[in-house]
Amino acid sequence: MVIGVAAATFLLLHAVPGSPAREVLGEHATPAAVAALNHRWGLDRSLGSQFVRYVGDLVTLRLGVSFVYGISVISLIGDHLAETAALVGIATLFAVLITVPLATLAASRRDRLADQAVRGLSVLGLGMPAFWFGIVLIEIFALRLGLLPVGGAGSGLWGHIESLILPGLTASFAIVPLLVRSLRVGMLEVLGADFVAAARANGLGELRVLLWHVARNAVIPTLTLLGLNIAYLVGSTVIVENVFALNGLGSLLLSSISSRDFPMVQGITLVLAISVVLINLATDLLAARLDPRIRLG
Amino acid sequence: MTTATLGTGALRRRRRLSLHALRRFPALTAGLTLLFVIVMAVILAPVISPYSPNQQNLFHILAGPSWAHPLGTDQLGRDELSRLLWAGRTDLRVGALAVIFPFCFGTLVGTLAGYYGGWVDSLVMRVVDVLIAFPFYVLVIGLVFIVGTGTRGIYIAFAVADWVVYARTVRATTLIVRESEYVAAAKVGGLSDVRILAGHVLPNTISQAIVYIMSDIVLVIVAVVTLSYLGLGVQPPTPDWGTMVSDGQEFLTTDWALATLPGIAVVLVGLSLSLVGDGLADLLRPE
Amino acid sequence: MTAPALEVRELALSVGDRRRRWRVVDRVSFAVEAGRSLGIVGESGSGKSLTLRGVMALTPAAVRIDAGSVTLAGEELPLHGRRTRVARRGRLAMIFQDPLSALDPVHPAGAQVAEIARRVGGRSRRAAWVRAIELLDLVGIREARRRAHDYPHQLSGGMRQRVMIAMALASEPAVLLCDEPTTALDVTVQAQVLDLLDSLRAELRLALVFVSHDLAVVRSICEEVAVMYAGRFVETGPTAALLEHPRHPYTLGLRQAVVDVDDAGRAPRSIPGELPEPGQLPPGCPFNPRCTYADDACRHGTVELESHGEAGRAVACLHSDRVPAP
Repeated sequence: MVIGVAAATFLLLHAVPGSPAREVLGEHATPAAVAALNHRWGLDRSLGSQFVRYVGDLVTLRLGVSFVYGISVISLIGDHLAETAALVGIATLFAVLITVPLATLAASRRDRLADQAVRGLSVLGLGMPAFWFGIVLIEIFALRLGLLPVGGAGSGLWGHIESLILPGLTASFAIVPLLVRSLRVGMLEVLGADFVAAARANGLGELRVLLWHVARNAVIPTLTLLGLNIAYLVGSTVIVENVFALNGLGSLLLSSISSRDFPMVQGITLVLAISVVLINLATDLLAARLDPRIRLG
Repeated sequence: MTTATLGTGALRRRRRLSLHALRRFPALTAGLTLLFVIVMAVILAPVISPYSPNQQNLFHILAGPSWAHPLGTDQLGRDELSRLLWAGRTDLRVGALAVIFPFCFGTLVGTLAGYYGGWVDSLVMRVVDVLIAFPFYVLVIGLVFIVGTGTRGIYIAFAVADWVVYARTVRATTLIVRESEYVAAAKVGGLSDVRILAGHVLPNTISQAIVYIMSDIVLVIVAVVTLSYLGLGVQPPTPDWGTMVSDGQEFLTTDWALATLPGIAVVLVGLSLSLVGDGLADLLRPE
Repeated sequence: MTAPALEVRELALSVGDRRRRWRVVDRVSFAVEAGRSLGIVGESGSGKSLTLRGVMALTPAAVRIDAGSVTLAGEELPLHGRRTRVARRGRLAMIFQDPLSALDPVHPAGAQVAEIARRVGGRSRRAAWVRAIELLDLVGIREARRRAHDYPHQLSGGMRQRVMIAMALASEPAVLLCDEPTTALDVTVQAQVLDLLDSLRAELRLALVFVSHDLAVVRSICEEVAVMYAGRFVETGPTAALLEHPRHPYTLGLRQAVVDVDDAGRAPRSIPGELPEPGQLPPGCPFNPRCTYADDACRHGTVELESHGEAGRAVACLHSDRVPAP
């Protein structure tokens, strides 16, 4: 899987039509200048030999040297990784905290007002661009109410956390509408299951049924679903970091793009994709552990 | 973005789209109405917008709503309402065009993979799995980097990144349809594969893809607007909701409408398309 | 005279939406004494499972309880509202058809029984676990102590059904409702589970209501039986007498459709036609389109369940005297 991702990154960045060299030098660049730049970047060799070099570099964990900063790609990524990781973490936390109660509410009050309202909000949320939502949040909470900072990383632990609240909320809304819809369906399925009816028939109280039976069963597909959507979440942090002027991998990616820093773009893309694969693996494993049918075969 | 899809095939009779059906599906009707209004508004933009979207009036910048300018003006004195309408033309057009290739390619690939199985299937699924691992925006942004910004870059980026979900959904339905009796009967009867695929398999599998198109267009329009916000998508001077928001972001304290209104437009478009998509899903669901 | 353990009167359920509703259970009444068993038999779709759900006030969302009363040892139980669960706790319990889906896949068998024993029986966690093992043993699971830690998917169908019975017993009910509990089991296992239910009935003085589409099953375990068609009872009475000489053409048809070891050589005869959908009942007696004895009187007006001659029997048929012995 990881191999596939690495190969795909290479293919996408090298094999897709378009010439980064020409982009950098502009439309009026002479062929000689373009060729020189291509040579410097090693882009003029055959695709095969480029690939071999690429793989060799990867195995030794050398992602190259940044064109702009002059230092190794890996060290730059390392510096910025923590910020993005914190953002993803907080966003996931918000996503779970918002999704679970809403989906539970909707499932337990099926087709009544609460359910319709939740579903309506989900539909609205699906069409909402993350960056715009972030801006609206800034407008309301930072500018009007002055509760939270407009952007940037704060100082000290609390300042840091404070600065991640609005971005985390914004990023979480990239996946909350979808998660709520899916979790609601999942819970309805569990609620309709025979064992829930059996538990009720044997006298178990409704709250107990919800906690001990429904929640415990619904958590498994939720985890899997969360894993599937983490990819989207990670992607949206690129946008969110831009809106809130945070200093993570996303901002680095964007600035590398505008400065045509080829190795940086390649390196960051690779790192982000691989972390998504790893996170997916982790959630799958966790879900498998929680389901005795899978655990014990 | 991925959903956990329940792969039930629409193998039995589907309810026909009729006036009677519309009445029974209020969500679908509401969605179609809203969509119709929006599409009409942007198609008729050249006719109904009071000003040209690029007409500047530096004596009247950042004005609030007035009779001359129902939604005010922006930082260069351009009429907000006109810009919104014209931007809608751009964004809706780009969004709609950008899904065509993913839809066609994804459906084709998914059908072939599901029908033939074997190494074709394994290969396709491998590719799909790898592509899905990439965060959507990272992929798209990376591709735009290579290919270049602007609408050309957008179309190519989505062509590469967006076809996978179609392939997966269609493949799942094809797998089910492949085992059905009438396909077996057609094979025994000597129909060529192409005939079978076109006449029997495709009509049943395509409904799932069509339902997904609706939510995909929403995704694509949001992505187009986002890319433009970042400066990587539609380039000025072509009006576009994303660039309008990024332009307006500076003026949040003085004139918040500039950054907010375009977003509301996107949300409305998303709402109408989602309603239509959900309504279609209900309509096409086998009872 | 003591009140029967369970008495149901004129229970009526309907299904549908705001515009149209159809009766699926139509004024059903029966009573069961402690330590005795009643069978309800009928084809799929006749409304027998829904009747049980109605008694438990556990109907699916689309089904509504329109009327009727459910009385437990003389005390009336609510059919709507929040008190329905509480009123039935520890007094009524139910077992279901498919034991795999009726057991929670993520908790071990013993834990599920113990959970009931603890929450409904009011025991401490440890005492509940001990009780769970006792119950698993009572229902015939060997090595109960070890088996209690197994998950449902690791147990055989028969064992799962026993676990479900143990769960039902954990709330110490007076009445046990059984919704086709043996339909999903192999014939040999079926016999074992039926034996178990029968002996539990005797030992614990449970009142059993047993729903099935299988006449043979009902015959082996139920002293009384009610035959259900299109939502209503068409014939009731002691099982042996009723099956020996049915008084309703539908019962006769059911009886003839069963091939017994005793009538080897005779082919089963099915009843022509199909059970009508809830919204499409014919006028008059619901069985008349399929009935060989039907005449004009059967097609107009309603036909009520009325007692017929011998003690304890009732029939809803205008021509009950003409029905021959099978």
